[in-house]
Amino acid sequence: MSVTAETHVHDDHEVHHHKETFVTKYIFSQDHKMIAKQYLITGIIMGIIGILMSLIFRMQLAWPEKPNVIFEALLGKWAPGGVMDADIYLALVTIHGTIMVFFVLTAGLSGTFSNLLIPLQIGARDMASGFLNMVSYWLFFLSSVIMVLSLFVEAGPAAAGWTIYPPLSALPMAQGGSGMGMTLWLVSMAIFIASSLLGSLNYIVTVINLRTKGMSMTRLPLTVWAFFVTAIIGVISFPVLLSAALLLIMDRSFGTSFFLSDIFIQGEVLHYQGGSPVLFEHLFWFLGHPEVYIVLLPALGITSEIIATNSRKPIFGYRAMVASILAIAFLSTIVWGHHMFVSGMNPFLGSVFTFTTLLIAIPSAVKAFNYITTLWKGNLQMNPAMLFSIGLVSTFITGGLTGIILGDSALDINVHDTYFVVAHFHLVMGISALYGLFAGVYHWFPKLFGRMLNKNLGYLHFWVTAICAYGVFFPMHFIGLAGLPRRYYTNTNFPLFDDTTNTQVVITMFALVGGIFQLVFLYNFFVSIFYGKKAEQNPWKSNTLEWTAPVKHIHGNWPGALPTVYRWSYDYSKPGHDEDFVPQNVPLQEGEEELQH
Amino acid sequence: MTTLLIFVVVLFVAIAMWQMVKIFDLAQVGAPSTQIADDKDNRINGYLMIGFLIFIYVITILSFYYLGDLPLIGNSASEHGPGIDNLMIISMIVILIVQTVTQFLLHYFAYKYKGEKGRKALFYADNNTLEAIWTIIPVIVLAGLIIYGLFTWNDIMNVTSSAEDDDPMVIELYAQQFNWKARYAGDDNVLGQANVRLIDLDRANILGVDEADPYAQDDVIVTELHLPKGRPILFKMRSQDVLHSAYMPHFRAQMNCVPGMVTQFSFTPTVTTAEMRQNPDIQEKIQNINAFRLENKEEVEARGQDLRYEFDYLLLCNKICGKSHYNMQMKIIVEEQEEFDAWMAEQTKFANSLN
Repeated sequence: MSVTAETHVHDDHEVHHHKETFVTKYIFSQDHKMIAKQYLITGIIMGIIGILMSLIFRMQLAWPEKPNVIFEALLGKWAPGGVMDADIYLALVTIHGTIMVFFVLTAGLSGTFSNLLIPLQIGARDMASGFLNMVSYWLFFLSSVIMVLSLFVEAGPAAAGWTIYPPLSALPMAQGGSGMGMTLWLVSMAIFIASSLLGSLNYIVTVINLRTKGMSMTRLPLTVWAFFVTAIIGVISFPVLLSAALLLIMDRSFGTSFFLSDIFIQGEVLHYQGGSPVLFEHLFWFLGHPEVYIVLLPALGITSEIIATNSRKPIFGYRAMVASILAIAFLSTIVWGHHMFVSGMNPFLGSVFTFTTLLIAIPSAVKAFNYITTLWKGNLQMNPAMLFSIGLVSTFITGGLTGIILGDSALDINVHDTYFVVAHFHLVMGISALYGLFAGVYHWFPKLFGRMLNKNLGYLHFWVTAICAYGVFFPMHFIGLAGLPRRYYTNTNFPLFDDTTNTQVVITMFALVGGIFQLVFLYNFFVSIFYGKKAEQNPWKSNTLEWTAPVKHIHGNWPGALPTVYRWSYDYSKPGHDEDFVPQNVPLQEGEEELQH
Repeated sequence: MTTLLIFVVVLFVAIAMWQMVKIFDLAQVGAPSTQIADDKDNRINGYLMIGFLIFIYVITILSFYYLGDLPLIGNSASEHGPGIDNLMIISMIVILIVQTVTQFLLHYFAYKYKGEKGRKALFYADNNTLEAIWTIIPVIVLAGLIIYGLFTWNDIMNVTSSAEDDDPMVIELYAQQFNWKARYAGDDNVLGQANVRLIDLDRANILGVDEADPYAQDDVIVTELHLPKGRPILFKMRSQDVLHSAYMPHFRAQMNCVPGMVTQFSFTPTVTTAEMRQNPDIQEKIQNINAFRLENKEEVEARGQDLRYEFDYLLLCNKICGKSHYNMQMKIIVEEQEEFDAWMAEQTKFANSLN
């Protein structure tokens, strides 16, 4: 069952033990497991900042114009007398979006689990390039630092929305946040993209080249498939955002006119001529939409693995799951225009993008149904990770379905940029991916830190979070349907929307409770790292290779030879075996057939 | 001082959390704590799954009951509006059915198959027929929605062909931080050429209209948008500084205003402001709003607003455009042709408006 029988075979890739200092072990580590931990903890810290911001602006939306001591304490000069300034509201919304999408759900999620799981699940000693991996993390760290520093700029941090559409983001005179704050935002994102690309290239090369003996592509766990395809999407789409950012920097600082034309602002005509903001929108969303799947696919991969393991059943329709990942990846690169139905682009393009966008519902539906069927007649082990995975499927369905409305150009006319959109994408990508992150942490905590998380705190964390997530985002659809635009500092100037005010208060209440209960997770996480119960080698009785590696982290992952793989990773409750799981490195019994999946 | 107070509050919250955590820890004493779900955990969480399913249904019903009268679905005020509303209602019904069924299956299975020691799950890895079914059903449903949607979309956006048939009235919507202006094309129904480079604040040429253009002379610039009922309107949108979006929710209309280019949107208003004010649904909505305003009398008056609110169509900015984005609006008044003509006769023509 374990690899110990083969440990004495000499292996060329035998680990070279070299001396480790504190610096090489904990800081400039090239070990993928340590880098995964660094990503996770940085991601958690950024997550705390991002969620705290959302709580602050939720309070503003519920109780506008009211002096609030919390504003005064946290925002300082931006909340004179405790009343929030309109500029800082937009900045909070902008940075919240940026941090959550990129720093938490891209780097925090993908960075952590791709790093941890790709080598361990394919049976590799480490990433293809440990050095690039280290550089990737430290670039991410640098970009995080710059993003956080930008919060303290005199004129305020970037405030043009996380989509930073020019000319608002390009002209310092258009708003305070478009000065130094925006420069730092762009610099931070450029570094972030470099980090992301280094990471992605590493993941791709590792999956292609370093799979252990017997680990064919069709035996890969769905986690690795998801990380692999995510990396490919990232490599295709992130450079386009980089180019957009660079061109925007040119427009801002060197007087070019890529995105600007015919502008009269504050009493003077600017020299820009011939550019188009719509071009920026195309470039931005060419990344921006695939980004949704960069965030979501790893979460879905993690969910596939956790649902199968905890249902004690093979994932239903492995081939269909892989096919739907590939289909989603392909379609994700040709749907970006659905963010731009009313941007002024040719209406014919709107028709095309409606068509491609609604197509994406098909592989998504296949995935949802396959998850549900995996539960059917299973023997569900309700570990916290399992709860978060089931929760993910639930929010993925609820949030995904409203995509049918938003993806339909005719319907989008009236709900575009309203709270309906905010509710939709928070459920389908924000909450779902966050659940994926939590599920992953609960499931692989024993692998990351050699200790167990407290399950009862996990249950408390899940149920309160689940209720609050629906409490926040479900009613939000309705204030969007009432026509309330997003990114309004307050709607007190529109009596028409007065009847949404009470709903705003309810939403904020749920948000505050949900936000505060994340402290349960933080407590559980940080205390369990040091005082959690010691983990066994394979606590969830899982099939994948990472659980054949020793609990204590060692360079090279396995003490002896690398494990050889004889079967796919989903032989749970297979007839003919006593146990209800058969790890991948167990040879087929005589007469046993590997499933033709 | 307040900062200190907040830190104290946060400290107390932290202590409360700590205590709660302790209780949870103590609750575990005795049982061999492996931190892996046992049968009891499976049972409790299985029941909670059913509880959560009920919660989802309840919050859905509550939202529709209490917030169902907020939405704009129904009572549209433009010719193409009912088309969008029908499509919206059909999509909503499809969504609600799928949502109810799939959430039921998900949570019911999670409850039904909660783990028990010694039971073995069914080894069931694949079924091509099943998968084909749930690929094909979405394909059919989506094909229907896509086709319906595309017809609706083309109807709305195909401005050029309708322009020739219906002789639409041309109006320019002009956006700037943070207000709206409207420019009527005048008797010739042709807008004079304009560019922000021609803006001359000293001469009060605020939209940059070409003073030499003969078509521009009879243009009329206003800050309140009046529309005659039943006449197709062709809007040409411009922006002088950053992106804005002209959002007219009651007319199911929205289009971005982009510096450097002219965008367009067309619709025919079908309900006058006066008629809409008599609409029972709108009256109920306004009644609720006024009740709310009465409850919060002090705040409303502190803002310098009238306590009583009367319904009006609105043009809102719906693309983040800076500090006062949240207050960028223009009133729209739909009226009968005669009223419109009378109003228009009072307006100053561009040629006469210059200093």
